Amino acid sequence: MNAEISMILSRVIELAPGIREFWLVPEHGGELPAYSGGSHIVLSLPLPGGVRRTPYSLVGDPNDRSKWRIAVRRQEQSRGGSAWLHESAREGQAIKVSMPANLFPMSRLGRHHILIAGGIGVTPIVSHARELARLGHSFEVHYAHRAPEFGVLLDELRKLAGRDVYCYVASRGETIDFRKTLSGRPLGTHAYLCGPQGMVEDFHKTARDMGWPDTHVHSERFLAPPPGETFNVKLARSGREVAVAGDQSMLEALEAAGAEPPFLCRGGACGQCETSVVACDSTLQHNDLFLSQAERNSGRKIMPCVSRIAGGCITIDL
Amino acid sequence: MPIAFHDETFRDDYTYRNSDEAVRRFPFPFSQDEYMYSVNIELHAGGKPGSVYEHAFDIDEHYISECRDRAITLERDPGRCESLPHMIDAEWDVLELIMTSLARDYPDHFRLRQDGSHWHWTNLPLGIEQSFVFGDAATLPYPPFEYITRQTQGDFVILDQRDGDLWADSGMITQQADWSLSFDVGMSFKEWHGPVPRAHEIGVFDRALKYLLMLQLGKPVRRLNWTMTVNPRLDTAPETYPEWGQDRASVTPDNVSKKVHLRVELQTLFRLPRSNGVLFSIRGYLASVGDLARYPRWGKRLHRVLRDLPQDLAEYKGLVRYKPMVVEWLSRMDDGAPIEVGTHPE
Repeated sequence: MNAEISMILSRVIELAPGIREFWLVPEHGGELPAYSGGSHIVLSLPLPGGVRRTPYSLVGDPNDRSKWRIAVRRQEQSRGGSAWLHESAREGQAIKVSMPANLFPMSRLGRHHILIAGGIGVTPIVSHARELARLGHSFEVHYAHRAPEFGVLLDELRKLAGRDVYCYVASRGETIDFRKTLSGRPLGTHAYLCGPQGMVEDFHKTARDMGWPDTHVHSERFLAPPPGETFNVKLARSGREVAVAGDQSMLEALEAAGAEPPFLCRGGACGQCETSVVACDSTLQHNDLFLSQAERNSGRKIMPCVSRIAGGCITIDL
Repeated sequence: MPIAFHDETFRDDYTYRNSDEAVRRFPFPFSQDEYMYSVNIELHAGGKPGSVYEHAFDIDEHYISECRDRAITLERDPGRCESLPHMIDAEWDVLELIMTSLARDYPDHFRLRQDGSHWHWTNLPLGIEQSFVFGDAATLPYPPFEYITRQTQGDFVILDQRDGDLWADSGMITQQADWSLSFDVGMSFKEWHGPVPRAHEIGVFDRALKYLLMLQLGKPVRRLNWTMTVNPRLDTAPETYPEWGQDRASVTPDNVSKKVHLRVELQTLFRLPRSNGVLFSIRGYLASVGDLARYPRWGKRLHRVLRDLPQDLAEYKGLVRYKPMVVEWLSRMDDGAPIEVGTHPE
């Protein structure tokens, strides 16, 4: 179902304390498919306890068909993926990688584009900047980071956007004021943000309060599957029952048991893994960004990549 | 094995004919005796050797004549190919997808040499040799989308994905079943499907749109659609209605099996890499009712589907006027015995 490409970690580069860039090249040579700005890939990382699949935005040149680049920050509460990439990943290692997918595309009808990055959220912003520069579109970049040394990929952004790169460095007491960034913009301007959850919420709220149409305000965020209680998932079609550990997602548990449910983003955003609930003897805990409130209330749909139940057993239509 | 291309016409004297092999591989769309809309989408990941599903883009014995008919239509009405300015990345995506697919799948007929951005394209059936720079439209005689779709069977629409919707922002449409590109260009998914009866009410388009927005790179999908056409005519556009509309009145009980054709569209959808757009290919196949009825399974099934087709669907597909004659002609071979589920001819 989910075709993967065999790749080799060809380079590991320290960008900043706790932030590394990785280059991936096809194991058997040949050209990689081109991709669009804002795309991500899913890496299948060979963790000791089993494969962990994690999405990362592509930061390189989409027309470079020889390699893919990602940049990864070591998460303090890593579930294993970013910790593995920082501690165990070695140049020359083989890794399976999904085809690129894009849940954060650029609007090609935009007359001007405001790109905003918070911390490591700079990764898809760099690939958007690259596309906009190639197409000769009008754009600017706003980049908030903790301290000067964490302004990773800033040189690349400056090459692409010239003087239209604005930095907000927290250690210098600088913060981005969305009200200022978003005001007085011509019709047809699109704004894009990738950053931490609080920043995304503030951005959308400010834009809405200022009268921006939702169609012109874009954000990307991936949720890590939140941990919870252990529970069982029963597959209605085969009758099989699979145990889900507290630090495991339902999707991961199903995959570990040999099932192959569909997935794409693994972050609750795309909707690919939407599954029908046949029965549930406890409470559904929806953590996704995809289902509507009505769908949640119905209790008949769940996104196994990030959502779970409060103990007990759930029967799903798989 | 090289394909033996026909020299035939899709207008005026209508010399279009199917070989026995072309009838046998016809994508007959009815697996059961009743027909109703559904989201009948499956992965387009190859098919049986020789079938229309084998390759990404099917090339058959009608290739040269179909390209010639398209050129005639474009000469008369250049507006059958349109592409909005923001679609240029998608145009190159389509050119790359079609050239690499044809060169891979039909090495006897098509060749592609790539040296960085310097490409050389060879189309042997049409006698074309073209060197060009990928990404530089000035090095091709037509814009990239028009250039490659003038050399491919079937109609094409490129959909731009934005605002959680798909927009028909480019098209090469010269063989459509009575819809207009000039009218539909720039429309959203639900807008251009507006006239379809029943399907909105049963939620087909909500589900199909949700599915297509998530279409993945390297995993194209396909479905079949169908209608009927009088005479093997490709250009049944609203713009030329005065030329073909009256043909519906020319069907008689004597000529019905030769004149009335089942028109099946193999619709395929491909995610495009650079533009994040979607290529919608509508590859049409025409076979006369008489040709199809040479296979009793198909003749009987077509009889039952048409006989029981709801009136609003028959009206939408434009076959009300001559449908009774087709049903009458086919009824002679239908003994009423059950036919097993499936679309195979024998």
